[in-house]
Parts: sequence; C-alpha cells; structure tokens
Amino acid sequence: MTDPVLDVKGLKTYFFTDDGQVPAVDGIDFHVKEGEILGIVGESGCGKSVTSLSVMGLLPSPPGKVVDGKILYNGEDITYASESRMRQIRGNDIAMIFQEPMTSLNPVFTIGSQLIEAIRIHRKCSKKQARARAIDLLKLVGLPRADELVDEFPHQLSGGMRQRVMIAMAMACDPKVLIADEPTTALDVTIQAQILDLMLKLNRETKTAIIIITHDLGVVAQMCQRLVVMYAGKVVEEGTVKDIYNNPKHPYTKGLIQSVPDMREKKQRLYSIKGSVPKPGSIKKGCQFAPRCEYVMTDCLEQEPQLTGNEHLVRCLLYRE
Amino acid sequence: MLSYATRRVLMLIPVLFGMSLIVFSIIRLIPGDPAQTILGTKATQEAIQSLHHALGLDKPWFVQYVSYLKDLLTGDFGTSIRTNAPISQEIWPHLAATMELSFVAMIIAIFFGINAGIISAWKQNSIFDFTAMVIALIGVSMPVFWLGLLEQWGFSLELHWLPSIGRDNIRNAVNPITHFFLIDTLLQGRFDQFWVVIKHLILPSVALATIPMAIIARMTRSSMLEVMRSDYIRTARAKGQRMFWIVYKHSLKNAFIPILTVIGLQTGLLLGGAILTETIFGWPGIGRYVYNAIQYRDYPVIQSGILVIAFFFVMINLIVDILYAVFDPRIKYR
Repeated sequence: MTDPVLDVKGLKTYFFTDDGQVPAVDGIDFHVKEGEILGIVGESGCGKSVTSLSVMGLLPSPPGKVVDGKILYNGEDITYASESRMRQIRGNDIAMIFQEPMTSLNPVFTIGSQLIEAIRIHRKCSKKQARARAIDLLKLVGLPRADELVDEFPHQLSGGMRQRVMIAMAMACDPKVLIADEPTTALDVTIQAQILDLMLKLNRETKTAIIIITHDLGVVAQMCQRLVVMYAGKVVEEGTVKDIYNNPKHPYTKGLIQSVPDMREKKQRLYSIKGSVPKPGSIKKGCQFAPRCEYVMTDCLEQEPQLTGNEHLVRCLLYRE
Repeated sequence: MLSYATRRVLMLIPVLFGMSLIVFSIIRLIPGDPAQTILGTKATQEAIQSLHHALGLDKPWFVQYVSYLKDLLTGDFGTSIRTNAPISQEIWPHLAATMELSFVAMIIAIFFGINAGIISAWKQNSIFDFTAMVIALIGVSMPVFWLGLLEQWGFSLELHWLPSIGRDNIRNAVNPITHFFLIDTLLQGRFDQFWVVIKHLILPSVALATIPMAIIARMTRSSMLEVMRSDYIRTARAKGQRMFWIVYKHSLKNAFIPILTVIGLQTGLLLGGAILTETIFGWPGIGRYVYNAIQYRDYPVIQSGILVIAFFFVMINLIVDILYAVFDPRIKYR
C-alpha cells in the first residue's frame, strides 16, 4: 500500500457570520493515493466545494475558517501553512478546476498569457519556452489549432473549449493532485463525456491523483475507484464505487442511487428524497439525515451515529454493532 | 477601429455647429451690452449706437451668426472687443496654461486615486480602507476655493515653502515657445526656471486634483471589489499567483473601464471648470479668460473660448471610447 498523496483528517470548516457560526464542513476524513480517482458526491450545500477550497487554502476568509482537523500533503501538514508556502503548492502540487468554465478565465488576457503565467509561476523558463509548453498543453487537452488559440481571448471559445483550457492550465506544472469541482456541470452531455475522457486519459498518463466533486452519480461510476458520500458537512458513506453501487448502506446513498433514471424501466415519476438539505448547524442532536430518512428510529433523533466498518464505511445507526 | 475613429471625428462637426449656435444665442440673451460696458454708464445714446454699428451688433442676429460662422470656418476666431487683439493669438497661452495645470492635476488624481482605491479594495474594511474613504468623502465635499485658501495660508504665508500665485517668477519670467512652461524651460535648458514652474504648479494642481482624486478612488474601490469576487480571480489564486499581481494585473485591467470613464469626464471638466482654482491662484488659464470676457460682455471671446473647451471635451471622450477597446478585448468598434 502506498501512502496517500492527500490525506484529510477530521476537517472542520466553519463560517462565522452575524447569525452565528455555521459548520459547513463538520469533521470529514478522506484520502487519495497516486494515480487514484476519488469521487465526492452530495447534494448542493453539503460542503463539497468548501472542502476543496479548504484544501487549497482559498476559503473566503473572513467569514470562512478551518477550525479543526488536518490536511496532509505527502505527509506535510498544510492546514495552517503560510500564504507563501500555499502559493508554492497551489498550481504546482495541487491544482484545481472549477465549475464555471465561462467565468473562470480572465476575459481580458489571452489564453496563451494565462497559460504562460501558470507555467512561469512555478517553473523557471523563458517566455518563449513557456509559450511552446502552452501550445503543447493545448494540444494535450485535444484542442484544435492550438498555435492560433494561444493568441485568442476566452470569449472567442465555447464552454467546452474553455474547460479544456482550464484543464490544460491545471496540468501546466504536472500537479500530484487535481481537484475538479463539478467540472462538467455547466457543460452539455456530449461535451461532458469528452471532458471526462480527457481527465481519465491524463490520470492514466501522468499518474495524477484526481478528486472529482460532483452531484452526478453517472460521472462517479464512469471515473472513480473510490467514493465518499457527503451529507450536511459529514461523510455518511465511504467505499469502493463497486461496493457502494451494488450494496448502498446509508439510506441517503440508497436514495441518491434510486433517483438516477434508468433507461430500462419506464417509470412515470422519478424517485426523490423528500425534503431538502438542512441548513448547516440547524439540527443540533441526532442524525443529520433523520428528518428525511425512511428508516428513522427513535434513537436516530437522540444519538449521533459514528462512521463504522472496515473497507466500506457508513454513518448510520442501522449498522451499529 | 480607424473607420470608427474617423466617423467619430466627423461627428464632431455637427456637435460643434450646434454648440456654436447655442453659445451664440445664450450670450445674446444675457442682459448687458458690450458697448455700454466699454463706454461706461454715462455714455450718450448716439455713442452707444455708433459703437454698435462699428461692432456689427446692429445687424439682425442671424446675419451676425452667419458672418461669425464664415470667419470660424477660415480659422478666424474674430477680434476681442475688449483688447482689440485677434482671439486666435490671445487664446493659446491661456489654453496652454490650463492644459498644463489640468494635466499635472490629473496625473496626481489618477496616481493617488487609483492606488488608494485599489488598496482600499484589497484590504477591505481595514483601517487604511476606512481612512482612505473618509478622506475621499471629505475630498468630494471640500469646496475648491476653501482648500485653495487653506493651502495658500499654510504653505505660502506660514511656511513660505511654495509661491501662492501665478505660473512663474515675474522678475525672471519664462520666455514662452509652446506656452507649456514645463516644456519651454526644458527646451531652453533653464532648469532653475523649470524648478520654479514646478513650485508654482504644486498648490493649484493639488487643489484642482482633490475632487477628481476622491471620485476616482471611490470608483476604483467599488469596481475592484466587484472584480475581486469573480471566478477568474479565484482561478489566478489557484495557480499560485502572488496577491500583488492578482490585484494590479488581473483585477485592475478588468476593473478599469468604469475608472477610465470617470477619468475622461473629470479631465474634460477640469479644462473648463478650473475657473475657481485659476482665480484663487492667479493662474492665467482659459477659465479665467472666458470669465473676464463674460464680465465685459466680450461676445467673440466667450464664443470662441466655450467652443474650444467643448472641442477638447468631445476629443477627450473620443480618446476614452477608443481606449475602452484597448483594455477590454470584447469591445470591438466597426
């Protein structure tokens, strides 16, 4: 077993607002090894993006703050690393792709200058060398006429092309970990498949560990080896994709999988989990999912479940020993 | 781009034509009579009438306007009623004086205004932000004449650091070539005079810069705050870029369009609106030139002065419009 490149232990990220503190991420653990693809799934507002921003040290602060836990990169604790150390890590060791390709590129600089910048922040090389590398990167992510594209501006590109540029930029310095926060949500289905294929290809070729944050179980099934299911700032289930798909344990995971439409069945209505994600911190005791759970017991409202199991972990009182 | 600029310059013609008509009519609506002003209150009716005839003021207004326009098209601004000198010769030194003062004032306003706005946005809600914005608020509200008087009292009367009046030392006057004294002294290699000219420029340009500086600072701050929340700034941070470059390169270029608009408008206003500053600091600029002409009902001078100011106002806005495309590649002119 190799050591994980990125290991997050008991991470708690709270937001301190005028209405009091909001536990957006409330003690989550996950890790990812070299060459591995990990999926993090959950509904909107369950703390997926806050987790990734915490790892990158990009939380809007104030009001956001990591209050507890550890983020280990190659064994180094970077939870409270200095801004200058984080700058060395960002882009170079841990890179990130964002959800909105339309707005994630700076509209007033050319594609080339933004790629060259990403390269030259971490690599000592001439502008000419960086430009050549930028063109190579654009070719790597499958963009046509790369040598013209470097001199074009983001508004001249489609959403899918821009997301490819974002991936090229993230891969510029061969990062060890790539965090992709909903990389395909804003794209249409055919482009989604292309982008996912591209990420798979890069993962195989460069051994970059990838963390895909998504609410799309289809994406997870296609890409990931392991899966972390988040609910209201906590991990509720963790295991291999195979185990979780074949044998989902947590009622929330079951609900998520059931709500994926199946082409072979002709249902009139899709399954949906009743209710919506509670406001973080609004449920003071018991299981966070209890109010929406089909299997709710009296204990669930009183006792907070712990994550149990060996390879396939679940946070639910149904599985207590 | 070039065809756009050409079209905009051609559009100047109807603008200036309309401007000349408005100025021409409004002046004649103000009570008062140039002949009366020249001859004094005790002048006889015959004397006034014969002067009217000599100045061409007894003709119908449209005849006067057409002859004024005809002269204008040949580059003849007419003759000042008061000094009897050709206006085209008289106006340039005044215009150059105002342009020099406005230029220096705008440099001060842009440099300090933009930087104060940027740092306020960068360190939002810090002591610097708070202090800078309070100063900006005071700057916007401060009447120029009051600030000018305070400056003169403090730096001239009390401290004797800087001269309080004029463009140069009267006993050692600058020999004008272009009438931009900063350039003229350098052309003649008179560095002693160059220094004197700079000392004369400091107080009036600071007084003149205050309001634009405050407006630019506030506009920069709000524009930067909006840009710094955007996704591409987060991308730049995720690349590992330094905050300094994120602020001064990535954010400022995106935030610059509204700042540029304000700079353009303020520069235009300074050219015509420096009358108060020019009066307090005895600056022989175009504002004072036109103001004096209004007092004497010197019709040709008022008309020409306002037309020249309007011309520069429109030109500055044209330059600003063209600069938009330089800062934002999404703006294209056809």
